[in-house]
Amino acid sequence: MQFLIDNFAALTVTGLAIGAVYSLIALGYTFVYGVLRLINFAHSEVFMYGSFAAVWVVMVIGGHPGGSIGQVIFWVALMFVAAMAMSGLVAVLIERVAYRPLRKRNAPPLIALISAIGASFVLSETMGLREKIAGWFGLDDTLRPYVNNSRNNVPLPSIIKPQGVFSIQGYEVTNVDIFVIVGAIAMMIMLDQFVSRSRLGRGIRAVAMDPEAAALMGVNRDRVIRVTFLVGGVMAGAAAVFYLLKIGSTRYDVGFILGVKAFTAAVLGGIGNLRGALLGGIVLGLAENYGSALVGTEWKDVVAFVLLVVILLFRPTGLLGESLGKARA
Amino acid sequence: MRSTLKLAVPFAVAALALGACGTKGGDTTPAAGGSGGAKVCDQKIGMFGALTGPNANLGIYIQNGVNLALDDYNAKHADCKVALANYDSQGDPTQAPALAKSAIDDKKVVGIVGPAFSGESKAAYPLFNEASMVAITPSATNPALADNGWKVFFRALGNDATQGPAAAKYIKDTVKSTKPFVIDDASEYGKGLADIVRKDLGTSVVGNDTVQVKQTDFSATVTKVTASGADAVFYGGYSPEAALLIKQLRDAGFKGTFVVADGVKDQSYIDNAKAAAEGTIITCPCVPPDVAPEFQKAYKAKFKEDPNTYSGEGYDAATILLDGIGEGKDRASMLDYVKNFDKKGVTKQLKFDAKGESADVKVFAYKVEDGKIVSVGEIK
Repeated sequence: MQFLIDNFAALTVTGLAIGAVYSLIALGYTFVYGVLRLINFAHSEVFMYGSFAAVWVVMVIGGHPGGSIGQVIFWVALMFVAAMAMSGLVAVLIERVAYRPLRKRNAPPLIALISAIGASFVLSETMGLREKIAGWFGLDDTLRPYVNNSRNNVPLPSIIKPQGVFSIQGYEVTNVDIFVIVGAIAMMIMLDQFVSRSRLGRGIRAVAMDPEAAALMGVNRDRVIRVTFLVGGVMAGAAAVFYLLKIGSTRYDVGFILGVKAFTAAVLGGIGNLRGALLGGIVLGLAENYGSALVGTEWKDVVAFVLLVVILLFRPTGLLGESLGKARA
Repeated sequence: MRSTLKLAVPFAVAALALGACGTKGGDTTPAAGGSGGAKVCDQKIGMFGALTGPNANLGIYIQNGVNLALDDYNAKHADCKVALANYDSQGDPTQAPALAKSAIDDKKVVGIVGPAFSGESKAAYPLFNEASMVAITPSATNPALADNGWKVFFRALGNDATQGPAAAKYIKDTVKSTKPFVIDDASEYGKGLADIVRKDLGTSVVGNDTVQVKQTDFSATVTKVTASGADAVFYGGYSPEAALLIKQLRDAGFKGTFVVADGVKDQSYIDNAKAAAEGTIITCPCVPPDVAPEFQKAYKAKFKEDPNTYSGEGYDAATILLDGIGEGKDRASMLDYVKNFDKKGVTKQLKFDAKGESADVKVFAYKVEDGKIVSVGEIK
C-alpha cells in the first residue's frame, strides 16, 4: 500500500499510456458493435497488421537512433500513415470477406462470430508464417529482414530516446509518455467530433439506432458499415504506433492479449459507446498498474478482470451505458 | 508385429551385407557391436525442444549441435545411418506430453536429446520414464527435475543449483551490488532460478517481482525497480520478455547492471533490446566455444557461425546416444549404457551421477559488448 502511495504518479502516468492504447483499440470493437451488434474478434489482428506496417516503414526508410527532430517527426508521421493505411485496409477487407457475404444471406449473429474468430486466426497465422509464404514466391531472400524469424518478436528500430520532460513526485514523465497520452486522447476527440458533427457520422448514428428507419431515410447502410470498419481500423493503426513507441516490439500474436484487454475496456465503458471506450481503456490501464503495485505484477490480469466483473455487477451495461445512438442522441 | 518382422528381416540382411562391405579397408568403426544379433539400421534419435516460436533460437542452437554429431556418426557409418526425428514443442509445456507420446510410439527412436526447457521436461519426463526412453537434456537447468526418481533422466550440464549461486556470487563479488532486485517470469525455470538467487543474496535484496510470460508492458515492474533504488536487477526468464524488460527499464532511466541467465543467452535478445542490451551479464553453465576449438571449427564450417548456447551440450548429448547406437544398443539397453558412460566430450568429461546429473560442472559469465555475447570467464 505504501508503495502505491509513494509511486502513485509513476503508476498513473504509465497506466494512462497503456490505457490510452487500450482505448484506441477498444474504439474499433465498440464502433462495430454499435452499428452491427457484432463483436469483431478479428479486430486484434487489424491492430497487429498496423504495428507491422509501422515497423516495416521505419526499416525501409532506415530510421536510426539519434536522428534530428525533423527526421524523427517525419519517421513517426510515416509510421502513422503506414499503420493507419494498413489497418484500415485490413479492417475493410475483413468486412468484405468475412462479414458482408453472411449479412447478405441474413446469417444469424452466431455465424458471424465464428467467422470473426476464423478471420482472426487466418490473419494472425498468415503473419506468423510470412517467411514460408514469401518463400512460395521466391521472395524470402529479397525480403529477408522483413520475414526473418517470423514467429519471433520484431523490434521497432529505436528512433526516439525517451527523455524526461518534467517530473511529478520523483517520476520523470518522458516525451514518449506525453506523446502517447496526449496523442491518443486527441485522436479520440477527433473521432467523437466526427461522429457527432459530420454527415457520415450522422449516418453511423442513424444506422446504430435503427437500421430500417435509416435505410428509409436514404442512408446507404453498406456504405456506413464500410466506413465504420475503416474508421475502427484507422484507430487501431494509430494505437499500433503508440504501442510501438511505448513498448518497442511486436509479434504475430501480439493482438491476442491486447485484443482481450481492449474488448474488456469496451465492455467496461459500455460497449457501443465511444466515450465509454475511452473511459474503459483508461480505467483498465490504471487498474492494472495499481493492482500490480498492490498485490504483485503476476496478479495484474486478475485485478483487472475482478474489477470488470464487479463493475458489471452494479452497472450491467458498463460505466457509461450501451448504445452509440443513445449516448449521442 | 509379425508383419513388421517379415519386412525387417530382409532389410536387416541387406544391411548386414552392406555393413560387411563398408567395414573393409581398415575402418575401425565399432559398427558390428556387442548385441550380436542382426544389426538394426534406420534408427533415429529425437530432438525435443523449441524449434519454432519465440524461444526457437535456443532449440535451434542445440539442434545444430545434434546435427553435427549425426553428421560425424553417419560419415563413419555410411552403411547404417541414424536419422533425426524433430519434436518441436515451441518450448510449451502443454504441448510436451503429446510430443513425448509420439516419440515413444515411434519404435525407431532410440533416445532423445532434450527436452530443452525445464517446464516441458517436467511434463515430458514422466512419459519417457514409463516407456524407458533415455532422454538427455542439454539445457534444462531446474534442479528439482533430478529429484523425481526418473531413471531415464540425464542432464548434460550443470543445473540452477550451481548456476543460481554462481549468479548470486557474481552479483555480490563482481558487480558489487548492494541493492539487487530480483524478478522472475513464474516459469518452472525462471522462478526456480530466481528463488535460488534470492536465497543466496539474502537480505541485500531490495525488492522482488514476478511477471508473466508473453507480457509486453512492464511499467509496474519498472516502477518497482526504479523506486527501490536498485543498483542491479537479476531476471530469471527467457529472452523475449528480458529484451522488453531491459528496454523499458533503460527507458525509465535505470542505470544499474542487468544480470540474466542461460535462458536469455540468445542473439534475439540483443536484436530486440538493441542498445539497451549493452552491458548485460549472462550466466550460463554452457562452455564458451573456444574451450573446444575443433568443435568450434567444425560447427563454423557447417553453420557459418560460432557454436552458440548449448550447441556443444547438444553435440555431447547426441554423441552419447550415437555411441550407444554404434555399439548396438536399442531403446531398452540404452539406459544402462548411458548410466555407465564415461568419456571426454567437447564440453566436459561426460559422466553422470546416480541422479543423472553431470559429474563435472562449470558456470561461465558472459557479457553483451557491441551487440555480441562475449565470454568473460568462469565464475569460480
